[in-house]
Amino acid sequence: MTWTLENYDRLLVALWEHIQLVGVGLAIALAIGLPLGVLSARRPAFALVVLLVSGALYTVPALAIFALLIPYLGLGFWPAIVALVAYALLIIIRNVATGLQEISPDILDAADGMGYGRWRRLFAIELPLALPVIIAGIRITVVTQVSVATVAAFINAGGLGDIIFQGITQDFGEKVVAGAVITSALAILCDESLRRIELRLRANQAEHA
Amino acid sequence: MAIWIAANPSIFFVALQNHLWLSGVALAAVLLIALPLGLLLTRHRGFANAAIAVVNILRTVPSLALLVIMLPLLGTGFLPSVVALTLYGLPALLLNTYTGLTEVDPDIVEAARGQGFSDGQVMTRIEIPLALPVIFAGIRTAAVQIVSAATLAAFIGGGGLGELITAGMANFNFPQLIAGAVAVALLALAVEVIFAGIEWLLTRQLRMGTA
Repeated sequence: MTWTLENYDRLLVALWEHIQLVGVGLAIALAIGLPLGVLSARRPAFALVVLLVSGALYTVPALAIFALLIPYLGLGFWPAIVALVAYALLIIIRNVATGLQEISPDILDAADGMGYGRWRRLFAIELPLALPVIIAGIRITVVTQVSVATVAAFINAGGLGDIIFQGITQDFGEKVVAGAVITSALAILCDESLRRIELRLRANQAEHA
Repeated sequence: MAIWIAANPSIFFVALQNHLWLSGVALAAVLLIALPLGLLLTRHRGFANAAIAVVNILRTVPSLALLVIMLPLLGTGFLPSVVALTLYGLPALLLNTYTGLTEVDPDIVEAARGQGFSDGQVMTRIEIPLALPVIFAGIRTAAVQIVSAATLAAFIGGGGLGELITAGMANFNFPQLIAGAVAVALLALAVEVIFAGIEWLLTRQLRMGTA
């Protein structure tokens, strides 16, 4: 434990880098995934193409995506972000589309009858109702990204993976374990807090229904 | 990439063989542990909730963390890699086995008992066949996860296609790096497609059987 205690500042920096990777990756993935998800809910043919492409991306191992990006984008933070976004898209798009499709047509009819326009209906009725399913998607995405961001240290993107890889090259077990345990704790913490948000949203909706 | 493979066929095929061997052994171990354990949990519901909570935490642990945590425990090489990959693939199949079995319509089970089926017969002729699509979906997820995570086994000396990537990076041998990356990407996609195909055949057979 001595190394960990003496170098807690380095671990905190690595943790902060890790959170930045996941945060920026998630923000960009949402900016792309939300509109594509809405479009997929409206057009099944489009949904099929988008889900096939993002599904194929999701299957490719993280280390392979990072390696394949090196000739085009080189090393560092932004190439890592490209890979993190690629991983997130399938889950975000799929869950946005599912959340929207699961809304009862009666509610949509009622909104139309009250004179809601397409956009107002989307933002005031549909997206809030789909929110628990969208949050569930964000939860899976964040857990995946915490995991993928660990491997991003391989292309010099920093983060907790960097501590792990340093520990491996220096043959220093405690460093490896410290990196691995903090990464796991971060993943578990993100998973649990997003799960609680999802449950609370669902409970609220059930109360109002 | 193709040029590098043509120039170094033995390195490539050893890496591919290692990758398949690592993944195959881990998947076999997952099947041997998760299927009976999932079945056992449906018989002990009180214990099941605790077990599922543990498995849900295990499912969240990043693959690289799971692999490197083996270093101080088991050292480097094949065995620690297989143990980590088994733990990594286990949650998907265990949860699906349990869910698939608990979702079987109790009326059908009741009807079978009424017709004089023994416990064993109910299990092998009713519960397991009806749960099979969900169980198989779990096998597919576990297989893809294991093949994918096996790439990272290279970091703890477990070999596999990931080694082409790490060695390529270390020696600035980009053709080798790309060969490893493309090969492992195609392998993961192939596993996904093959298992999805089997799953489709299985569920189709089941639909035709019940129709």
